[in-house]
This record gives sequence, structure tokens and C-alpha cells, in this order.
Amino acid sequence: MQGNAACAEGALAAGCRFFGGYPITPSTEIAETMARRLPKAGGVFISMEDELASIAAVIGAAWTGVRAMTATSGPGFSLMMENIGYAAMTETPCVIVNVQRGGPSTGQPTRAAQGDMLQCRFGSHGDYSIIALTPNSVQEMFDLTVKAFNLADRFRVPTFLMTDEIVGHMRERVTIPDSVEVTPRHPLAEGSLPFEAGDDGVPGFAPFGSGRSVHVTGLTHDERGYPDTTDPAAHDRLVQRLVAKVESARRDIADYEVVNPDARTVFVTYGPPSRTVEQVMRDHPDESVGHLRLRVVWPFPEFALEEFPNAKTFLVPELNMGQMVREVQRHVDRPVVLIPKIGGELHTPAELVRALEVHR
Amino acid sequence: MRHEVRFSGYGGQGIILSAVILGRAAALYDGKYAVQTQVYGPEARGGASMGQVVIDDAPILYPEVTDPDIYVIMSQQGFEKYGVRARPDAVMLLDTDLVRSRPGCRYCEVPATAEAKGVLGREIVANIVMIGALVTATGVVSREAIERAVLDSVPKGTENLNSKALKRGFELGERACNL
Repeated sequence: MQGNAACAEGALAAGCRFFGGYPITPSTEIAETMARRLPKAGGVFISMEDELASIAAVIGAAWTGVRAMTATSGPGFSLMMENIGYAAMTETPCVIVNVQRGGPSTGQPTRAAQGDMLQCRFGSHGDYSIIALTPNSVQEMFDLTVKAFNLADRFRVPTFLMTDEIVGHMRERVTIPDSVEVTPRHPLAEGSLPFEAGDDGVPGFAPFGSGRSVHVTGLTHDERGYPDTTDPAAHDRLVQRLVAKVESARRDIADYEVVNPDARTVFVTYGPPSRTVEQVMRDHPDESVGHLRLRVVWPFPEFALEEFPNAKTFLVPELNMGQMVREVQRHVDRPVVLIPKIGGELHTPAELVRALEVHR
Repeated sequence: MRHEVRFSGYGGQGIILSAVILGRAAALYDGKYAVQTQVYGPEARGGASMGQVVIDDAPILYPEVTDPDIYVIMSQQGFEKYGVRARPDAVMLLDTDLVRSRPGCRYCEVPATAEAKGVLGREIVANIVMIGALVTATGVVSREAIERAVLDSVPKGTENLNSKALKRGFELGERACNL
């Protein structure tokens, strides 16, 4: 099965019943699969007029109580930024898939990149936090899509599957279970205000039609949901909570693999470059070379870097000119070397072997 | 053992479908691992199209093809763009009438398009003839696996035609690819 099809199957298995999207290479097969499958599953597929409307429709659908998603690539992702902030501000659980291609602008429609990793975290204006997952196989396109829906609902936050043309279009064998674990949304407790959160900072959810009257606004709002746009304390309380509910759960959300924790030279990867590193480590077994492979990149799990206490150098191969490498640099006091690659092709094993020879 | 198989031709010949069928045969019916990738762009509308498959007994880590050991080339432009640099010990199957050049590696000429057009009456199954010849020539997947994968992948109502094309490919492979 193709990666994009596995993503759609994961969404369906997770109970997604709304897709609003505007087809764009290399994500189109997700929309195609959802268009074919959703109506038969009792869901709704809408081909929207553009990406601004797509994410808006997804937010609206989520507020009717269904699991909702969209899928796009760089140019469409840029258009979604304003309403991604709206989703963050209104604490709307939704899943946004970005099958990344070469940018900037329309760039390379049929080639892979990881150029939108910081845009995903910081692309909308203002302070907020999100969750982002990075699959490296067709199986993970299925598994991490399911996981994205569960995280989105648990934290009431827009959650991103940050994949790319390589994984999206690759075909591999995939195992689809009969059922998947679905974390239900916390309902809004009787007597609680709609945006009143407990210790975890996540309010219960009262979708439209559930009998509770909820006012939803992108303006700074109080616990009732009503605008309160001038009181510094109200803004501080709300936005601090929006960020903290994700950032304070970093260890809980984190999902990563550690190989050779005693290593002196450590690759830090996410997405397909991790497979090149795995190949290099299989072809040249060497305990002085380690690998930290991130399946969740946002919130960034900086504590994972501490799993390599003897590391002298961190190597970060990315399909961009340096994005997640900044997070690694921010958190360690040892040399961090970017191994950038743009143009659409994955780092080859030979390229990473060379990088190891130069930097170890 | 890791095999890297590259198919190239022009858009519309079913080049990428050929790669998908081969990967499916290996991964679903021969109990191996397979990853299929492609280069696609404006080429898909008539230029040189390319699809490739990695097949291995062990899980496949690096998913891309870097240095194929098996080629199937069905156009001159495909040869020039994706086949001309084949390593000397690679095996290349060429469509006799569509590729003028000959490579430096081992090769065999398969008149797949002529056979599809003349004998089978449908040029569109030339890629299936080629797949049959490929399986005979290289044994990269079993005949049983490729038969099932072809039948899975072709439109309903064309199963007989495609089965015939595949068998014809097996025979042509035996005759033309004495490697």
C-alpha cells in the first residue's frame, strides 16, 4: 500500500468522519482515498475551494463532535496558517497532514523535503503550541495518523503529521489491525465552564448540539468563552495555558527510539533520513555511533538527548537547510552538525558514511 | 539478498504499475520485503517515466534505489536517462523495437511491444509481457507470486488477456534471455 493511502486508512480506523481539503501534489492520494471511503463509512468528504476554507471546514466539523482532518503540501500549508492559529486558540482538536515537497513557493511538487518543520511549529501568529509527528514508513503513516487523532483529542490541539513525498508515495507492506485504540474526548463536566481546565490544562469538550451553549472565538476569551481582549491577566492566563498544556506534557507525548546510548557520535533524525541512518548502522556496526530517531518532533523532547551521556558530537541529517538542528543546538553544549540536503532526494548511505568520517 | 529493480519507459506504458506489481508479488506473495518508489513529474505525460523496487529477504531500511542490478527499459529516452549508466554486472531487459542503444551490461532483447500488438492484439499489455520475461530471466520473484500480483492489479474483465501476456512473457524470457 502507498503511504498516503495508509494515512487515509489510519484516519478511517481512528474514526475520522470528516475530510475537507483541496488536492495538492504530493498529498492528493489522501484526499482521493478519503473521497472514496468516507461516504461509505457514514462520513463527509468535501472538496473545498482552497486551503483557507479546507482548514476552516475541518475546525467547524470538529466542533460538531466528529474527528476531522485535512491534508496538503507546502503552498496549501502556508494558506492554512491563519486558521491553524484559530484552531490553537479555540482548542479545536483536528489533524493536519503535510506531505512536504520542495519549497519555497510552488517549488518541486513531486519531490520530497522537510522544509516546513518550523512553519508547523511557529507559522501562525502569536504564542501557541502544537504537536507534530514524523513517520518514516508506510506502516507509520497508518500508526501515527491514529496516534495524531488521539493526541489531538486528548490535548484539544491541532496535531500535525509532518510527512513528505518519499514516505507519502512509497509503497510497502502494511499491517492494518481489526481495530485501533481510540482515546475519547473528555466531555465537559457538569457545572464546569467551557474553557475551564483542570490540572492538565485541557478543558472538557462540549461540541455544538451537546446541550451546552459554548461561545467559540479567536479573540482572547475568559473561561466562559467570551471575549476579554484588554485585560493583560486574562490573556496571560489563557495563552500560558494553551502553551503549557502541551509543553508540560512533553515527556508524556514524546515518542522516540534510542540506539547505542553509549555512543560518542549520535545521529538525530526524524522522517526518512532515519532510514538512511539505520542502513548505515546495519552495514557498519559500530557501538560508538548512536541514533536518536524522533517520531514526535513537537513538542521537542530535549530530554531524549540526555540518553546519550557520552556523546561528543550530534549529527542532524535533514531534507532542508537546517531546521530541527536548531532545537538540538539549543539544548546541548557539544558540537551539533547539520547534514543538509535539498533538491528532493534522500541522503544516501554513502553520504552519511562520509559525514561520519569527517565529523566523528 | 537485496535486489534493486528499475523500470523505465514513456508515460502511459504502465511503467510505474509494473514496479507496483513486482513489489506486490514480492511483499504479499513471496514472503519477502519490498519498497516501491518512483520518479514522477511532467514525465508522466509522455516523457521518460521511471519506477523502481527494492526487494530483500530482510526488512528494507534505506528505501531508495541507488545502483540497480536489474533494469527493464521500454523507451530510448528511458534508456538514456535511467539505463545508460548501468553497472557491468547488472541485467537489462530491453524492448527490442523501442530501444535503439545497447548497454555495457548483460542484456536481453524482448520484443514485448511487437508481441503485445501483433500476437495478443493489445499494445497496452506490453508491460505485462516484459514482467513475464523479467521473472524468467532473473527469478527475482516466483512465477506464482507474479501471476497473483498481476491478477490483483489489472482491471476486471482483462484478466485473461493479462494472464496470456504474462505467459507469453515467460516464454519470451526463456528464449531471449539466456543469460
